[in-house]
Amino acid sequence: MSVGSSEMQTLPSNPEPDRGRPLWLDILGITTVILVLVDLFGALLWVPREVQMGDVQRIFYFHMPSAWLALGPAFTVVFICGILYLWKKELLYDRIAVASAEIGVVFTTITLVTGPLWAKPIWGAYWTWDPRLTTTLVLWFIYVAYLMVRSSFPEGHRRARLLAVVGIVGWVDVPIVFMSIRWWRTIHPTLVSAQGMDMDPSMQAMLVFSLGVFTMLYVYLMVVRVGQETVASRLGRISQQIHIR
Amino acid sequence: MGFLTRIWAIAWKDILAELRAREMVLSMFLFGFLVILIFNFGIEPGLREMNLVRPGVFWSAFIFAGMLGLNRSFAGEKENDCLQGLLLCPVDRAEIYVGKFLANCVFTIVMGFFVFIFFAALYNVDVLAVGFPLAVIVVLAAVGFSSVGTLFAAVSVGLKARDVLLAILLFPVMVPVILAAAKSSGVVLDGSGLGSAGLWLGLLLVYDVVFFSISVVTFEYVVEE
Repeated sequence: MSVGSSEMQTLPSNPEPDRGRPLWLDILGITTVILVLVDLFGALLWVPREVQMGDVQRIFYFHMPSAWLALGPAFTVVFICGILYLWKKELLYDRIAVASAEIGVVFTTITLVTGPLWAKPIWGAYWTWDPRLTTTLVLWFIYVAYLMVRSSFPEGHRRARLLAVVGIVGWVDVPIVFMSIRWWRTIHPTLVSAQGMDMDPSMQAMLVFSLGVFTMLYVYLMVVRVGQETVASRLGRISQQIHIR
Repeated sequence: MGFLTRIWAIAWKDILAELRAREMVLSMFLFGFLVILIFNFGIEPGLREMNLVRPGVFWSAFIFAGMLGLNRSFAGEKENDCLQGLLLCPVDRAEIYVGKFLANCVFTIVMGFFVFIFFAALYNVDVLAVGFPLAVIVVLAAVGFSSVGTLFAAVSVGLKARDVLLAILLFPVMVPVILAAAKSSGVVLDGSGLGSAGLWLGLLLVYDVVFFSISVVTFEYVVEE
């Protein structure tokens, strides 16, 4: 590239001046923090104690929402954004996909840690090869691999394309993994099966509230993370141009 | 040149290179043999429940040895920029994929055949009785393994730690294949026919069709420069 006056004009590649964080993001953040504290209070102190399981059942209000978020929206967003990226070639979709994959891995980790903590006193074992448990573990591996591939590539369209393909294959694999493990376990029945719970109305309310709070936490983390990725890629472009100069 | 001729030309290029060099299938097979040997040290000799263990031993050897082949599949193309030449060929990207897939499938099946012979000898398997049904399972599993495997080998080829990353990417996605193959061959090794493993064979077939289709469609995005 030649150094000329035309290039000098393209240098300030910061089309919109940085206005700092928008106010609504701060409001969303503060609200989320308050609601998370309320959620902690509700789940640990307010909601009545489960008669048979005791206090350990309270972990359910964190376990179930994080499992739902990871297995439901988080990884589905990765899949949909993968398709959208391949279709539209917009790097924004890649940023949304990776933010969602990261948060999904965090929530899956929470699920995989809280589950065994509950299972040890209740089932008598940290782990069983139940379809849901096993599928969650396989899912965790798939998306950790996704993030590892991402971290070993330089930023750009090539990485976004590869990740979109990995995200699509991984997501399609999930139901097949689940079915295969379910058949495996129906042939060799396990001692422990998922038990239905008759829940007190206040417990149900607590669960719904907790689900709402976790969803809000997911949305907030997504907004922050996508923003970070956008800033990082802009920074990368600027420093590239400085090097070219 | 017809569709099939073009695919075969790409697959034959890989097979011919292997026939001349004779390094990959041989090392895959030796590695698979070693895995079986190592398992042998971990398992009590004369174990009464040997039937429960045998399928796991064979499929572990199969998957680990298969990985070696997949790693070579695109690494060889990267040397001397052969991949560039391949992409410049006047053929569809999907046809390149199918050609590479076909070659990988052939290597995996040949490797599986040789590993099976040693497995049968060491684990007292009646080859005549179970040979045909097991061959069917090996072919179905090799198709599933090579379909995602070829796609992910192309994904990981540009990476520094590509061998490890390919394994980390591929194994979780392979869970249904490993499970279905191990379960159905367990049924077959127990002396029942293929019919009793219908559910698992169906799963393998569905997996093969689904992931072969996805790979054919998405491969062009992976190799696009």
